[in-house]
Amino acid sequence: MPCVGDWLNSPLSIVQGIFAQNVPHSDWEKKVTEYFKEKLKENNATNWVPSLNDVPVHYLKPNSLVKFRCMVQDMFDPEFYMGVYETVDPNTNARVLHFGKYRDVAECGPQQEIDLNSSQTVTLERQTFYCVPVPGESAWVKEISFLTEPVQARVSPSTSYTPSRHKRSYEEDEDMDLHPSKQKEQHTGKSCCSGGDIHGCVEPKRLETEASAGHHVISPNCSPPLDLNFPLPGEKGPACLVKVYESWESFKVNDVLEVFGVLSVDPVLSIVNSEERDSSALDPMECMDTSEEQRVHSPPASLVPRIHVILAQKLQHINPLLPACLNEEESKTCEFVSNFMSELSPVRAELLGFLTHALLGDSLAAEYLILHLISTVYARRDVLPLGKFTVNLSGCPRSSAFTEHLYRLIQQLVPASYHLRMSIESMNHARLVPHKDYTANRLVSGLLQLASNTSLVIDETQLEQGQLDTAGVHNVTALGNLITWQKVDYDFNYHRMEFPCNINVLITSEGRSLLPSDCQVHLQPQIIPPNMEEYMSSLLTAVLPSVLNKFRIYLSLLRLLDYSISDEVTKAVEEDFVEMRKNNPESVTADDLHRMLLVARFLSLSAGQTTLSRERWLRAKQLEALRKARLQQQKCVNGNEL
Amino acid sequence: LAAQDARSPPSQKRRTDDSTSTGDLQPMPTSPPADVQSPGAADALFASPPQFRHSAIPLDFDISSPLTYGTPSSRVEGTPRSGIRGTPVRQRPDLGSVRKARQVDLHSDGLAEDIVATEQSLGQKLVIWGTDVNVASCKEKFQRFLQRFIDPLDKEDEDIGLDLNEPRYMQRLQEINMVGEPFLNVNCDHLRSFDENLYRQLICYPQEVIPTFDMAANEIFFDRYPDSILEHQIQVRPYNALKTRNMRNLNPEDIDQLITISGMVIRSSQLIPEMQEAFFRCQVCAFTTRVEIDRGRIAEPSVCKNCNTTHSMALIHNRSMFSDKQMIKLQESPEDMPAGQTPHTVTLFAHNDLVDKVQPGDRVNVTGIYRAVPIRVNPRVSSVKSVYKTHIDVIHYRKTDSKRLHGVDEETEQKRFTEERVEMLKELSKKADIYERLALALAPSIYEHEDIKKGILLQLFGGSRKDFTRTGRGNFRAEINILLCGDPGTSKSQLLQYVYNLVPRGQYTSGKGSSAVGLTAYVMKDPETRQLVLQTGALVLSDNGICCIDEFDKMNESTRSVLHEVMEQQTLSIAKAGIICQLNARTSILAAANPIESQWNPKKTTIENIQLPHTLLSRFDLIFLMLDPRDEGYDRRLARHLVSLYYQSEEKMEEEYLDMAVLRDYIAYARSYVNPRLGEEAGQGLIEAYVDMRKIGSGRGMVSAYPRQLESLIRLAEAHAKVRFSDKVEAIDVEEAKRLHREALKQSATDPKTGIVDISILTTGMSATARKRKEELAQALRKLIQSKGKAPSLKYQQLLDDLRAQSETAVTKEMFEEALRALADEDFLTVTGKTVRLL
Repeated sequence: MPCVGDWLNSPLSIVQGIFAQNVPHSDWEKKVTEYFKEKLKENNATNWVPSLNDVPVHYLKPNSLVKFRCMVQDMFDPEFYMGVYETVDPNTNARVLHFGKYRDVAECGPQQEIDLNSSQTVTLERQTFYCVPVPGESAWVKEISFLTEPVQARVSPSTSYTPSRHKRSYEEDEDMDLHPSKQKEQHTGKSCCSGGDIHGCVEPKRLETEASAGHHVISPNCSPPLDLNFPLPGEKGPACLVKVYESWESFKVNDVLEVFGVLSVDPVLSIVNSEERDSSALDPMECMDTSEEQRVHSPPASLVPRIHVILAQKLQHINPLLPACLNEEESKTCEFVSNFMSELSPVRAELLGFLTHALLGDSLAAEYLILHLISTVYARRDVLPLGKFTVNLSGCPRSSAFTEHLYRLIQQLVPASYHLRMSIESMNHARLVPHKDYTANRLVSGLLQLASNTSLVIDETQLEQGQLDTAGVHNVTALGNLITWQKVDYDFNYHRMEFPCNINVLITSEGRSLLPSDCQVHLQPQIIPPNMEEYMSSLLTAVLPSVLNKFRIYLSLLRLLDYSISDEVTKAVEEDFVEMRKNNPESVTADDLHRMLLVARFLSLSAGQTTLSRERWLRAKQLEALRKARLQQQKCVNGNEL
Repeated sequence: LAAQDARSPPSQKRRTDDSTSTGDLQPMPTSPPADVQSPGAADALFASPPQFRHSAIPLDFDISSPLTYGTPSSRVEGTPRSGIRGTPVRQRPDLGSVRKARQVDLHSDGLAEDIVATEQSLGQKLVIWGTDVNVASCKEKFQRFLQRFIDPLDKEDEDIGLDLNEPRYMQRLQEINMVGEPFLNVNCDHLRSFDENLYRQLICYPQEVIPTFDMAANEIFFDRYPDSILEHQIQVRPYNALKTRNMRNLNPEDIDQLITISGMVIRSSQLIPEMQEAFFRCQVCAFTTRVEIDRGRIAEPSVCKNCNTTHSMALIHNRSMFSDKQMIKLQESPEDMPAGQTPHTVTLFAHNDLVDKVQPGDRVNVTGIYRAVPIRVNPRVSSVKSVYKTHIDVIHYRKTDSKRLHGVDEETEQKRFTEERVEMLKELSKKADIYERLALALAPSIYEHEDIKKGILLQLFGGSRKDFTRTGRGNFRAEINILLCGDPGTSKSQLLQYVYNLVPRGQYTSGKGSSAVGLTAYVMKDPETRQLVLQTGALVLSDNGICCIDEFDKMNESTRSVLHEVMEQQTLSIAKAGIICQLNARTSILAAANPIESQWNPKKTTIENIQLPHTLLSRFDLIFLMLDPRDEGYDRRLARHLVSLYYQSEEKMEEEYLDMAVLRDYIAYARSYVNPRLGEEAGQGLIEAYVDMRKIGSGRGMVSAYPRQLESLIRLAEAHAKVRFSDKVEAIDVEEAKRLHREALKQSATDPKTGIVDISILTTGMSATARKRKEELAQALRKLIQSKGKAPSLKYQQLLDDLRAQSETAVTKEMFEEALRALADEDFLTVTGKTVRLL
């Protein structure tokens, strides 16, 4: 274990040190970030930082350095805070300067007062993001990133948090650390409100368990638990108020971030709330926010901890098997990429085999599924998103939970995914599009608020005939817009705001889907296993974990590659198109060419080639021809049946 | 109760990227040491001695009352000037209620170092503590401004009835005298052009300067109109501070300054009565006392001054003074939002008569003072939450779209362009190929379809608005409607999406998803207030814009019928839940329709292909078919275009075409500033074109053009003139209009059976030849039946077979049924089930 210095356990004391040295100059802030940047660069230091994703809040030390991998769900208004403030001791008139950065509460000693009129006070601005764990994050992502962490950052095995000796000792440590603040808190509790200490330490833990059990549990005599506003139902994990101090303009809603910062779970924050609520009738300053807004914007710190960000970076992907940043010209990254590229073709062959089995022996569909899984919107041309490749897998057997199992396999391959079962009921009642709640002043999340490159598997096989109501029509329209334009119109009540997205949509259906798609592949099962469940699970167990990891790397990595077409091939494609049109203008339209170019693109990339070759182009054409023939055939079959 | 002085935090320039800040104002000319925030004082920081614990307490005086200002003589009550005496003072809670400002006298000892003297002339110099504002000179300057400010060039919409060559604000005061509304709105821009320094003081110290302005205005007013009776003394309301700013640019530096921001009201609270002055009475001796609010708190007297009993003072609510207050949430306007971020909000406090001036949904420009207040964790605990709460005390509202539903106010609608931009646009308009260039810039990702793009381009510009109300014709539609129909997958939707994203007032709906209600307007009961609210739909929302309707053919009948009125009269009539009104819907419609069969059937007419009522179709100026051209050269170019799409970088693509922003500005400029009229030559050209069109058909006994087509031509020609920024419609415009119109007709109104352009396909839904054929068939059938002799009833199938045997051309069942129907209409026969009875 490397020396996990103070910078991990009490980063604020480090900040204090730097602050004290440099105080009159405002560059102490820069020095702080530089210090931590240096520290984190050291050999795998990032791994030593405990992650809020894996460790429950109450196992983490308050005011220690933590990391959090999350998606920006909402952005609150900027806050003004005391960047530097001065305390004064009324007895001795001694004045001390403090920094307010990375803190929620302006600390001062028991005998001191904050001089609000001091000329030394510096007001600064920071931005609060409401962050949730990446929606639909696959279990394996959580597991692997958890395993890469060192033993002491980990608290107990991920399987359960049953009390073990290990854990207890840790908690004792924590308690000891907490001691001073706890005492203080009890002290304040007695002096101000009798319920203070209950709020401060007992309640949060209960709420925490409740929240993790699913936020629909409502205890009879307790106010309804806070809706943590996860985009997907049944999600767990901490939501977090992330306070950003620098360049917050560069972050956008739905960006995936990894933040390193100071964890703040100061129980005082919760007291602030109750206090404010009680006194709201008295103090005119407090009544400007509704109680819902209060609840949402300053929830109990134990339930929604605060992170004061020291370093934050946008993540290109959340696959823990890949180096976090692939752009950099780092030798390590390059080495990793080139190593993997060298063994690409066997991995592809194996993946193809795996998916072929998963798709009941249909290798063509498997081929298309690979193309779909590595597709990503790489550019937008005025309104047209380029690089989206929505596949409609028609002809799925309806009876035997096939789509369910297929989704489970996909879940094993991609870092984030969601399975949307379409039914009249769900379409009429689901909340797909996020909307703004002006009473609580927050963006209420919807199913379609997903991070980039999330796989959305829409299951249409369960859809029955029936009447869609207004909400249902809106939901279906939203899905259609998502697929066609890769954007979601968030509902701001008085207007709509377009949020571009990048979501891979796979639709499984019996016949042609009612949703638009870029490409319809009709499934032709070669085998119908009598027991689908057994078949699929045996398929998964047959794959070695190391191979499975290679699949995962494969799919995430290829998505990030660049691509180009040489002039020569352009010419050839042109010729080809003209030739095809000459023979039968009906058969090939501009849309077909679009699709063929897409197929060619992903086909080349799936083989690790970053330019289009003639062979690939021909192969793409061949694939398309096969697919079309199959559709045609299907039409005929249906025609005969009718 | 009164805690420490909760002064707003000092502002300091922290954000380096902010160029609009007034940071240069921060260091004061001769700042006292207390205000120095320079790094120089560094070493002493931890042991800096308290600086404001002077034994000599500065002179406190009530800044909210104008009477207490200025020279000592005017502060003495009882020597007021004329009319001021009769008019009560009204407190201004918008200026931070009764904040005691310390005025510092130069002659006072011990305070010398705290004094800020900006003016060299000594004498009696009073400045307000912490500022460089000298009350007397400030007042004098403002009076000079009121009396002298003239700007004949600057015209605002409120200026109706003002003589611009007379001092503007003196006329305003006169207005106050007549109307009796004691508020004087002052445009800060005027003040700036008049006295830069005074303006700066106003922006930096609004709390101190505005009362001074009040005082100045009142003095002038009551000097002039000594007998005037007002509700209370005049309050000055400055607006338009700096330039109107985006909420996102607010930063700690703006605290306590006068700012103007724009945004949309999203929520407003109930009225909150705020205590201004508390009235206490002693329970023991009935001694009464008044306590004014101080920073949001009332200091309850703990001891009765009269009888010295402790805790005997009780608050008497009825005799306390309250003022109205309202909390409003303002959200930044959607246009100001950077992509991918959620909107910011800011809290406003409106006071007194500004309460309930705005409703949720209103777009407003707000001028007010930005405030930040520390949040105390607990009054008895020393730790403080390190965050400030911010809000704006509203001084002035200016609605930006109050006339939205009733008619567009052309003045406020006009987007302001910088001179360079206008110059650039004009330069662009002089290019000979500007029309082609713009058409090319439209949706560059969609390949070719040049005529369609040109049509849409003209639609974006629109014709000139004409008013024929006096001649009984009403408004003449200036908007151009376009229908695109054709094969699926010919990027119709993409074109619609592009247009929707291009125009500021675009709406996009799909025929499948929208109901008549969604398109027009509906009445909703507000769940809270139980008040009926008119909610507007897509068509009304796109007034003066473009409504894009995709899948037009999928729209149900009742929804479509709404469009009849909109597309010709450009209004929408609503009679629902007791609300009867006519809303403007001057919207152009860009619709896309798919053929009924999945593919366009070239053997059928447009009407047959898309199954839309011809009454609706004839309301479209241009109907384009988007079909796959089958031509090798086209294919080749298309292929190249698409391939480049799939690997070219975005920047490279941008270079090749006109920027979308330029295009948008170009259109906006032309729409608001160019209003072409028909020239003599053009008029002749149009007449000829119309006559020609009529002639084409007359030879074969059919009409091929109607006045509606002429109107379309005029609109198109006008739009083309707008593209050239020309004020006159000339022959070339007519030529292009003719060409485009013909092009569209050729595509959509060609009779598939004869290959002749036939407008009656669009106007009656059937080509003249088809009509003739139908008649012939009916006659043949009649003959056939008559030839059968006296049989009273005939078998249906039998008759059809006979007719088929007799006819040279193929007779379909539909045709046969149509013929039967025609004969039934003539009362020749009736059809019941499978038998045909003669009458």
